[in-house]
Amino acid sequence: MASQQQDAGTGAYLIRGAAILGGAPEDLLIRDGIIAARGQNLSADGSGVRNATVIEAAGLVALPGMVDIHTHLREPGREDAETVETGTRAAALGGYTAVHAMANSTPVADTAGVVEQVLTLGRTAGWVDVRPVGAVTVGLAGEQLAELGAMADSRAHVRVFSDDGICVHDPVLMRRALEYVKAFDGVVAQHAQEPRLTAGAQMNEGEVSAVLGLTGWPAVAEESIIARDVLLAQHVGSRLHVCHVSTAGSVEIIRWAKSRGVNVTAEVTPHHLWLTDELARSYDPVYKVNPPLRTDADVQALRAALADGTIDVVGTDHAPHPSEHKECEWAQAAMGMTGLETALSVVQHTMIETGLMGWADFARVTSTAPAAIGRLEDQGRPLDAGEPANVTLVDPAARWTVDPSKMATMGRNSPFAGRELPGKVVATFFKGHPTVLDGKLNTPYRWLPETSDPAGNTGTAAAGRS
Amino acid sequence: MRHLLSTEDLSLSDAVRILDTAEEMAAVGEREVKKLPTLRGRTVVNLFFEDSTRTRISFEAAAKRLSADVINFAAKGSSVSKGESLKDTAQTLSAMGADAVVIRHWASGAPHRLAATDWIDAAVINAGDGTHEHPTQALLDAFTMRRHWSKLAGTPSAGADLTGMRVAIAGDVLHSRVARSNVWLLRTLGAEVTLVAPPTLLPIGVEKWPCTVSYDLDETLAKGVDAMMMLRVQGERMNASFFPTTREYSRRWGFDDNRLRALDGLGLKDTIIMHPGPMNRGLEISSAAADSPRSTVLAQVRNGVSIRMAALYLLLSGDTREPAAHAGTTRFHSAENTSAHAPKESH
Repeated sequence: MASQQQDAGTGAYLIRGAAILGGAPEDLLIRDGIIAARGQNLSADGSGVRNATVIEAAGLVALPGMVDIHTHLREPGREDAETVETGTRAAALGGYTAVHAMANSTPVADTAGVVEQVLTLGRTAGWVDVRPVGAVTVGLAGEQLAELGAMADSRAHVRVFSDDGICVHDPVLMRRALEYVKAFDGVVAQHAQEPRLTAGAQMNEGEVSAVLGLTGWPAVAEESIIARDVLLAQHVGSRLHVCHVSTAGSVEIIRWAKSRGVNVTAEVTPHHLWLTDELARSYDPVYKVNPPLRTDADVQALRAALADGTIDVVGTDHAPHPSEHKECEWAQAAMGMTGLETALSVVQHTMIETGLMGWADFARVTSTAPAAIGRLEDQGRPLDAGEPANVTLVDPAARWTVDPSKMATMGRNSPFAGRELPGKVVATFFKGHPTVLDGKLNTPYRWLPETSDPAGNTGTAAAGRS
Repeated sequence: MRHLLSTEDLSLSDAVRILDTAEEMAAVGEREVKKLPTLRGRTVVNLFFEDSTRTRISFEAAAKRLSADVINFAAKGSSVSKGESLKDTAQTLSAMGADAVVIRHWASGAPHRLAATDWIDAAVINAGDGTHEHPTQALLDAFTMRRHWSKLAGTPSAGADLTGMRVAIAGDVLHSRVARSNVWLLRTLGAEVTLVAPPTLLPIGVEKWPCTVSYDLDETLAKGVDAMMMLRVQGERMNASFFPTTREYSRRWGFDDNRLRALDGLGLKDTIIMHPGPMNRGLEISSAAADSPRSTVLAQVRNGVSIRMAALYLLLSGDTREPAAHAGTTRFHSAENTSAHAPKESH
């Protein structure tokens, strides 16, 4: 790809010859935050194209900007692990135009004040749309509902609620949360982990944990909560989202629930689509994550479920940690892996290069469906004239070797370190502004605080310059 | 061998070599002067993150009989209890010039971390990690069994394995690093292993282990056992519902006086009774069984020193067997040995 220097005058971009959703090459004209035109040889008809920066995109795939339903940005509270600025730089480089920032910050995002703070931090950074997730319970303590309505009505316009990291295990509290969020079309995103069955759990319970002497995290601890929750969701007629599904049994339960018409969506992480508990044999805590890496049979079931729509979305569960939380004994180490900058490549490797999915499916699971779950109206849209210009350009033929020390995230805990991956994000357009160009960070989008609406849905703010 | 981390990946030839070397070391223990100059000038650190007086003094005696300098580093009352990381502790020991680190840790895999990282460049010996492995315990158990098995056969121990020996291991397998190390090592040496435990105290996945699993101790004994190893059971496990009461545990899975008598009735006159210690008399083993002529409990302790001498000798004197008197006795020589092994082996 060759791109000229950004033309500060027009803010218009002509993407020439990109395979839209992997289809036939077409041109996209981006201007004033929207896709102004789509078609063959747009440069030939002249209108409005003259001052646009041309991006030669032959061989590249154009996708709707990716939307992460599950991101830990760590700010406020753990700025030694990640900040909204560094995490969203990583997101933009990974092809994302929106991320849902999980609520387990310090303080917990359980009030309108905290979610608005995170929203403001996201807009100040300007790399992607940061959509705060609100906690279900006060302090993630699992005892009392947080002010879900206040968060929904706040400037952050919260629609996704989750105690992620901790399971809402009390069945009555879960029922009430599911019921209550119906008042504002919210969804409860459950971290399915029965706490008593997973006390002190270190890794998947099975053949490998038996040998390693690490306390097991049994599949049934996830599956029993999912089974309960889909029945609760059916009973009260609510919307349920299941975070990071990790077992073949969970897939079966969700498939069954969907066949019964339960309003449930499910997510899988890139690492659960590839890695298995065999990696724990190294005792290297970079492979320690919650839910844990499972078996190859689980990996295959998760891939099949993502391909057939039983699992709706890929969520990174991007979880950066400072090095000292991983350079230690396994049992002492923090759980979690980074994922924003490797998600696209891992999904390409596990789903597309295996022939299970095409790029249109990729767009569904990384953009359209997560945007729908989060009720983001200007994300996950078709790449058509008049639509918001949230666009990712990918070079599917590129190969690169993961080096965590070169990532934008502060976290160095990538389980893919040293692996060669396919696919590279060449450019990311967020509201018509290139946050990434030539595979490198460009400049952030600049919100105009006065004119931006609470939901950030209209894209009326002007793109800024560096 | 660069480190001794587990028996799972210990080859038959390495296992037999350790056992054979331990026989030579045992001869030293029977001399009036129980000391060899082999590791003079070498430093062995006993790094204990978990209390275990008997394992620590066994390693200490082994190192001292080989003339090594021994530093005991107990986590309690040290910087470790003030929150120092394993990494910092390891780097500190490295800076002090430790040639070998004997590590006991409550966390499974901690010795692997020391061996796999660049925190310290020393031989690492696993002296028990969490519920993972305790390789020197399994080696001393195998040493004890091999002497018994060879004596019965009227053949020398040296070079022998345990082909055909029937070994039953009973108790809390789930939480036992001793059981794990024994299962792998006994498989390698050709013994037939049966694990006996309540289903709650067997790990999920045990069906893939190279052994037979039984819930019935009497049935196992009736089928014939040459060595009966009892594992320590913590009474507190009943509070987590692993078994209803210590009495029920003892009746069903303890080696009590009735079962001791049953050995005679079954014609198993040569069956030995083993226990890694410390024993809970009256819970997993009765006093009569522990003190009977069949009991090898004290022989195991004695053999432990020989095994640990062998392990230290083989790791610190290099991979090739050298006559003990010529093995690295100077710092200069030891530095050469260390650098020759600098690239980390994967395990």
